Amino acid sequence: MITILSKPWPWYVSGPAIALILAILLFSGKTFGFSANLSNICSMMGFGKWVEYFKFDWKKQQWNLWFLAGSIIGGYIAAHYLQSPQPISISHSTIADLKKLNIPFDGNIEPGSIFSWSYLLTVRGLLLFLGGGFLIGFGTRYAGGCTSGHAITGLSNLQLQSLIAVIGFFIGGLFTTYLLFPIIFK
Amino acid sequence: MKAIKYILTGILFGIIMTKSEAVSWYRIQEMFRFQSIFMYGIIGTAVISGIILIAVIKRFHLSDMDGNPIQFLGKDKRWKKYLIGGTIFGIGWALTGACPGPIFVLLGQGYTVMLMVIAGALAGTFLYGVIRNRLPQ
Repeated sequence: MITILSKPWPWYVSGPAIALILAILLFSGKTFGFSANLSNICSMMGFGKWVEYFKFDWKKQQWNLWFLAGSIIGGYIAAHYLQSPQPISISHSTIADLKKLNIPFDGNIEPGSIFSWSYLLTVRGLLLFLGGGFLIGFGTRYAGGCTSGHAITGLSNLQLQSLIAVIGFFIGGLFTTYLLFPIIFK
Repeated sequence: MKAIKYILTGILFGIIMTKSEAVSWYRIQEMFRFQSIFMYGIIGTAVISGIILIAVIKRFHLSDMDGNPIQFLGKDKRWKKYLIGGTIFGIGWALTGACPGPIFVLLGQGYTVMLMVIAGALAGTFLYGVIRNRLPQ
């Protein structure tokens, strides 16, 4: 069982597996929206004292924070006990494109040359991680959801507003990939 | 005791996100460069499964485990917040290669640099909370 789970999963297994999470949460009377936790944490830290938006009973959203805690544990378990020894198989054209940006492909889940504290403490690193994180927080709250809430749940419920949000995700992603990356990494 | 159920669901989510490789910065680049079906296959089959799931729930008026009817958000005619907010998130997604769920999954995998992404995300959330009434909705 562990051996089978440890192999890289084909996409047609992963997609329905993600829908299973949606099913579990819906049948528990909840929703699948991870970025709501960013507001939950702000509310939990007491920011509701100053900002109306965070003035809500975060304890009612506690289930989602437990879900968040679980996701950290799940990442740990998968990385330590279900890791495939093979390098991930990224398209050769992507490897070539990234090489032009001086980002080597090392076969890991994340490029080790970027995902390190020594890289983080450079101007590029701060822009990528702190800046990127900031835009994720601001953007998902503004759009009222992220990939789980809009791309998975919203599209599954055939909501037009989620389709608009997902189009936005791609406008931002393509802008970054084709216009920002050549500036940042060269 | 309810906490255990959501922790277990979260663990399952963390494992699925890791094994699907949807948490990978490389995979997100591959997606935004349209160089593989991989990420589109994941999102596509997740959404097709989700459409069937929600259609069945609605058709048979299914209830959740506590016996309450399962309800969904209504339609929203606004579009600016979704387009502008979505675009801002998309830039962050491509920069970090992670959306909110994977940020925490990656932290669990041992990528401690994600702490900085989380700090940034909380700051961004806070700023949104402060200026939201001045933004086009």
